[in-house]
Amino acid sequence: MVRLQSIKFIKNKEGAELSWLHTMIVIPFIFALFVPFLYKFFTPRIHTGWFVFIVPLLLFLSLLKYIPTIAEGKTVYHSVPWMPSLGINYTTYMDGLGLIFGLLITGIGTLVVLYSIYYMSKHRESLHNFYVYLLLFMGAMLGVVFTDNVLVLYVFWEMTSISSFLLIAYWYQRKKSRYGAQKSMLITIFGGLAMLAGFIMLSMITETYNLREMFNQVDVITAHSLFLPAMLLILLGAFTKSAQFPFSIWLPDAMEAPTPISAYLHSATMVKAGIYLVARFTPIFGGNAEWFWVISSIGLITLLYGSINAVKQTDLKALLAYSTISQLGLIMCLLGLGSAALYFGYGDEATVYAAAILAAIFHLINHSTFKGSLFMVVGIIDHETGTRDIRKLGGLMGLMPISFTLTIIGSFAMAGLPPFNGFLSKEMFFTGVLNASQMNIFSMDTFGLLFPTIAWISSVFTFIYCMILLFKTFTGRYQPSKLEKAAHEAPLGMLISPILLASLVILIFFFPNVLSHYLLQPALIAILPIFAESGGIDVKISAWHGWNTELFMTLGIVGLGTFMYIYLKKWSGVYGLFSQRWTLNAGYDFAIERMERFSEGFTNQYMTGFIRDYVVYIFAVLIVMLGGSLWLFDGIAMDVSNDAPISLYEGGVVVGMIIAAITVPLAKSRLTAIIAVGVLGYLVSMLFVIFRAPDLALTQLVVETVTVALFLLCFYHLPEFRKATVPMRFKLTNLIISIGVGVIVTIIALSANSTRLFEPISSYFENSYDLAGAKNIVNAILVDFRGIDTMLEIFVLTIASLGVYTLIKLRLAGRD
Amino acid sequence: MKKPNDIILHAVTKVAVPIILAFSFHLFFSGHHNPGGGFIGGLAIASALTLLFLAFDIETVRANIGVDFKVVAAIGVLLAVLTGVGSFFFDASFLSHTFDYFNLPIFGKTELATAVLFDVGVALAVIGTSVTTILSISEDR
Repeated sequence: MVRLQSIKFIKNKEGAELSWLHTMIVIPFIFALFVPFLYKFFTPRIHTGWFVFIVPLLLFLSLLKYIPTIAEGKTVYHSVPWMPSLGINYTTYMDGLGLIFGLLITGIGTLVVLYSIYYMSKHRESLHNFYVYLLLFMGAMLGVVFTDNVLVLYVFWEMTSISSFLLIAYWYQRKKSRYGAQKSMLITIFGGLAMLAGFIMLSMITETYNLREMFNQVDVITAHSLFLPAMLLILLGAFTKSAQFPFSIWLPDAMEAPTPISAYLHSATMVKAGIYLVARFTPIFGGNAEWFWVISSIGLITLLYGSINAVKQTDLKALLAYSTISQLGLIMCLLGLGSAALYFGYGDEATVYAAAILAAIFHLINHSTFKGSLFMVVGIIDHETGTRDIRKLGGLMGLMPISFTLTIIGSFAMAGLPPFNGFLSKEMFFTGVLNASQMNIFSMDTFGLLFPTIAWISSVFTFIYCMILLFKTFTGRYQPSKLEKAAHEAPLGMLISPILLASLVILIFFFPNVLSHYLLQPALIAILPIFAESGGIDVKISAWHGWNTELFMTLGIVGLGTFMYIYLKKWSGVYGLFSQRWTLNAGYDFAIERMERFSEGFTNQYMTGFIRDYVVYIFAVLIVMLGGSLWLFDGIAMDVSNDAPISLYEGGVVVGMIIAAITVPLAKSRLTAIIAVGVLGYLVSMLFVIFRAPDLALTQLVVETVTVALFLLCFYHLPEFRKATVPMRFKLTNLIISIGVGVIVTIIALSANSTRLFEPISSYFENSYDLAGAKNIVNAILVDFRGIDTMLEIFVLTIASLGVYTLIKLRLAGRD
Repeated sequence: MKKPNDIILHAVTKVAVPIILAFSFHLFFSGHHNPGGGFIGGLAIASALTLLFLAFDIETVRANIGVDFKVVAAIGVLLAVLTGVGSFFFDASFLSHTFDYFNLPIFGKTELATAVLFDVGVALAVIGTSVTTILSISEDR
């Protein structure tokens, strides 16, 4: 309770009205409401995608307007109180980092929607579902990157997981789709929950939910004992989302989603949410050895794991999935290495490592462009040939020349070759790991050399799978007999999006410093606030640095990579040596199967199907919880000094009630029992009359009458009433339970009457006419003072009646 | 099944139901100052309907009262929630009520309260709920 009071709604300086930034996050959600209607009224005349297309386009264009502001080093901050009593505000914040992500989400979103218009058939697919999920994702993802409140961030974060689940299971008729969807859901939500725990720890340390305010308390956080647990939990969220080793196993299975979704969620945006999270929290955790080691080593392992596994894939999308894992590892590793800059504080040494952060953001953008276009091309191949299996494909160069060109651009960029943007960021990555190997802190002098070595090996494999992607698909022999359709080039509309992305790949190569000035430097400041004064770091990105180590590394990659690609068949048998039984996937499947069996067994233990047992659980819990807390908190009290004396009438009625109550369990026939229950009810209403509560008496009478009528209706259905010979154990349990409940309820009633913790509420009753304009206080309580209780009660009533209705009607339907 | 022909029951029901309904409305509207209110008013209306269902068979009543009582319950809950939401537009917290006095043509000086709207919701929910329950159970053969 103390915490809740200490977190007071923080008044922001800029005013509390809804801003355009707030609206932007909400627009996709609102538009999603209209999508089903648009689908219903315009299908099949107009593809629903054309309506949806407007949303990301509009958002993208309006985000472009922020670029000059952000490039000047300013930020945008707006706050609207949402649940002020809990310290939760809908606070939006935009800095360089958020803007890059916002542009990626809306920009790639626009292209993906455009692409999907041609990819998803308007005659066969349920487009309304598709676009509703897509818009949900878009809004949630914008929420993740533009919010400043960690709890709001968490909610949006989980919404991206859920929309991803829905999209992976879009073709839910397929078993593999359901499997992949479940896998991604389990892994990412697990990470999300861990992240929530980390957020809560952070807010316990700092007493705020706002990121901005946490940044001001870095010293407090670092000194706190919860520092390490909070850090690891948040990283767990980031690693599961960004498919880092060993959580990467969900991403290849997520490829069951339609290809536009794979291009959008599972390569360009959602899987980068983990990257975003790490970057966002670098100002808090950066500069610590643990943060540095965990992120850079996990990133490096993921990079190696992904690239080695990608080479053995035969499905083009699976290949791209593993390559995405590996590239995400690369970015993660760079963020880890760059965080060392915060250890040094502002200065020349920090600048060296800050370059790694710059490279991370740069590669993030580059990856989205080339991987997005590659996914779209693979989608085209799948769409036009009917398969994605490289063993069946080949010789498509002449048939699909545009796709071929696009694949060259995409895969060469991915392999890190000039003149494509991947070359620049790959070189910067090598600079980063080479600098890291020179580092003399965090015991890097011992392990430093591992970084460039592993990075180089992974890059060789990256080169190999890029060549596989390109040459196995487009060169070699064309095998029409193995394809479902005769291969031909895709329609122009489908090609526009990948062409735009591919041209970006080339444009960025020639003008990297424009991008750097407007987007990368502001983002760098957001990640490493120590550079805010100087407006970023003085690094010019250029294609030619002279004959330095990085260039020789690249040359070595091309040489060894080409050699290994040519002799691929000779050595690919190595993969077979690794037993399938010990893969991560097998472990996951084993764990899932075991857990399912365990929970099934456990559930069967107590879900017996006997109402008697359930009632026992319910009442046992009631006795234990209420009795326990009464005893623990010493709440038992009895004070009758304020009570009115008991009159003869009242005593008589109570005695009658007791007799009626005892009659019920002892009755020989069911009719007697029902009548006894009725007597009990009518006597209660008599008590109400004595206490001058005509409303209650009236209600009780009617309720009693209706209940008896219902009983009579049910009478017909009940099995024959017999005094079954129940074992002693049952009788004893029943006795204990019934006496326990009675005793507990009585004690609670007496204690509640005898303890005055709060102001008496009788003043409300005395002034009901002034307060609610009603002379009847019962009604004033029902509709006004405690109106929310009544509202929830009628909710419960309605739901209960629907329950009765469905139980009976469904059983009838099942019988037919 | 033999069709029962309870002339007395029919005749009494025809007279009684309007009386019960009138009484129910009285109960409902008097609730503000005297015993009564949405809950009990709704229950009384439901009992009138139940009497109809008992006296005449369900199909006949269905044909004349073409209302789906599940929908009635849902409308009731919706109305109650919307009156709560309505207070947002006057910058008041959820479920705030207000009242005032008006001079109406026939009734003279009358108190009108937003709580009545909420109470209508309660009454509809109660009617819908009880009739749905009773009908589903009695239709179950």
